[in-house]
Amino acid sequence: MIELLPTEKYEPVIGLEVHAQLKTNTKIFCSCSTGYPAPPNSNVCPVCLGHPGVLPVLNESAVEFAIKLGIALNSRVNLRSIFARKNYFYPDLPKGYQISQFSLPVVGEGELEITLEDGTKKKIGVTRAHLEEDAGKSIHDRGDSTLVDLNRSGVPLLEIVSHPDIRSGAEAASYLRTLRQILLYLDICDGNMEEGSLRCDANISVRLRGETRFGTKTEVKNMNSFKNVEKAINFEIARQIDLLEEGREVVQQTLLWNADKGTASPMRSKEDSHDYRYFPDPDLPPLEISNEWFEKIKSEMPELPARKVERYTNEFGLPPYDAGVLTQQPETSRYFEEAAGFTSARKELSNLIMTEVLKVANEKKISLAEFAIEPKRLAKLVDLITSGVISGKIAKDVFAIMLSDESEPEEIVKREGLSQISDSDELEKIITSILNDNPAQVAEYLAGKEKILGFFVGQVMKQTKGKANPATVNSLLLSLLKRSSG
Amino acid sequence: MSVTIDDVKYIAKLSMLKFEEEELTSFTQEFNKILEYMDQLNELDLTDVAPLYHPIETGKGQLRKDEVKDSLPIEKTFLNAPAESEQHFSVPKVIKEK
Repeated sequence: MIELLPTEKYEPVIGLEVHAQLKTNTKIFCSCSTGYPAPPNSNVCPVCLGHPGVLPVLNESAVEFAIKLGIALNSRVNLRSIFARKNYFYPDLPKGYQISQFSLPVVGEGELEITLEDGTKKKIGVTRAHLEEDAGKSIHDRGDSTLVDLNRSGVPLLEIVSHPDIRSGAEAASYLRTLRQILLYLDICDGNMEEGSLRCDANISVRLRGETRFGTKTEVKNMNSFKNVEKAINFEIARQIDLLEEGREVVQQTLLWNADKGTASPMRSKEDSHDYRYFPDPDLPPLEISNEWFEKIKSEMPELPARKVERYTNEFGLPPYDAGVLTQQPETSRYFEEAAGFTSARKELSNLIMTEVLKVANEKKISLAEFAIEPKRLAKLVDLITSGVISGKIAKDVFAIMLSDESEPEEIVKREGLSQISDSDELEKIITSILNDNPAQVAEYLAGKEKILGFFVGQVMKQTKGKANPATVNSLLLSLLKRSSG
Repeated sequence: MSVTIDDVKYIAKLSMLKFEEEELTSFTQEFNKILEYMDQLNELDLTDVAPLYHPIETGKGQLRKDEVKDSLPIEKTFLNAPAESEQHFSVPKVIKEK
């Protein structure tokens, strides 16, 4: 019998709860600004402070954003949904309840397709997505008090709950990246995990392979980056497997991930009960979405990354890798598509964007929307390469000049004398003199050492400062060397 | 359906309320009277009746445009707060240790 490693014996079962802060101007139930950063407690009013007698009025944009996500996840969008109160006590929750959705959320069952490390696709079920209000922020390290800032109280959240379909930390990170990408393309969340506008909790359990029942789960919170989501989940999987291997039991509890220590430990809090006593909120009538509104939103949906990848590979003939890089960020695909409207050399364009444009943008930490070289000028540079005016190598020099020079690339090439030398007569003269100056190498070549051809090419490039047309140099070299043998 | 005194104690605890033993006893009786009254609904055949979540069945026209309006001026924000510090609401420490 083969002894299985513990990691092979057990199957991890993971479900994610993602909270996406919606990019609305105002809070979900009042007209206070969601602007950030802002001085503490400056964006508050009687509604989001939970004063008695106030009434919530639902934000139209928050609903529209939820519908958009529902459409993007191929979900059933419930044209009628219900708001409910989730009751618990915590100082950053001024009303003593959070308005959320429970039995009938705005977005029902859907799915998200992720790409695994080996390139295969996997569909992760999405149970639901519902609208709710965010709580305030507590500061605990100020002497004997906890200080509360309620600017965030009432900021709209969309909680997106996955099926327990995820099987590893890497899959979880991939799910989260794909979901974030969709939120960015829909322009409904800024997706900033470090700042907390995208938050993720994981429900984790393990079971023996082949077992169909779920093991006891734990919930891990406080993972504020993709890397930490993956690490924290792998940590918790390993911890649970160790417990079971030692014959002990997993205790159902909430754990807080500590990124500095690389460990998760049980949450300590006075909040001891999880009996939320949900009930329909009498302050809010059922949310009704008209068919017309739903159809209008559907007709205005942007093209999503998965569809773009398909189009870039099929219509533009780009390799899947390129299509993946170019669609990672909405601004990259916008930049690429605008440039692609001016040149038919899409692969060369893609190369320049991937190797030069994104490198510079990352180094300078700037958005492509404000990149010094506009898409149209980049397209012209690409055309200079494909028409043979300059080589790909020289193009990088022209690119560097264009970063601080608004001139058209043709002008720069002319001004700096960077045109490629394709003139056979001129190149022939140069090559002949190089062959004459290096008789020993010529002899080696003629003796059969063909690799030495690279030496001659190098000499030509050196003399022409890289401007010689490589194809012309190659064919001229071959014919001139052949002549010297005869 | 009926509740016991332990149910009432549990609900009181969740609500952060404290009652004397006799109050708990009388609450238990009152709760059970309400539940008995509600039990009358079980006499009806409601197979084809959708649940009513809200007395106003239609929620049409209840949405608000996403336009920012003035928030409270800071000098009014803390008027009802028992304690304030550094422009924050100040409450007894929630987490025992850091």
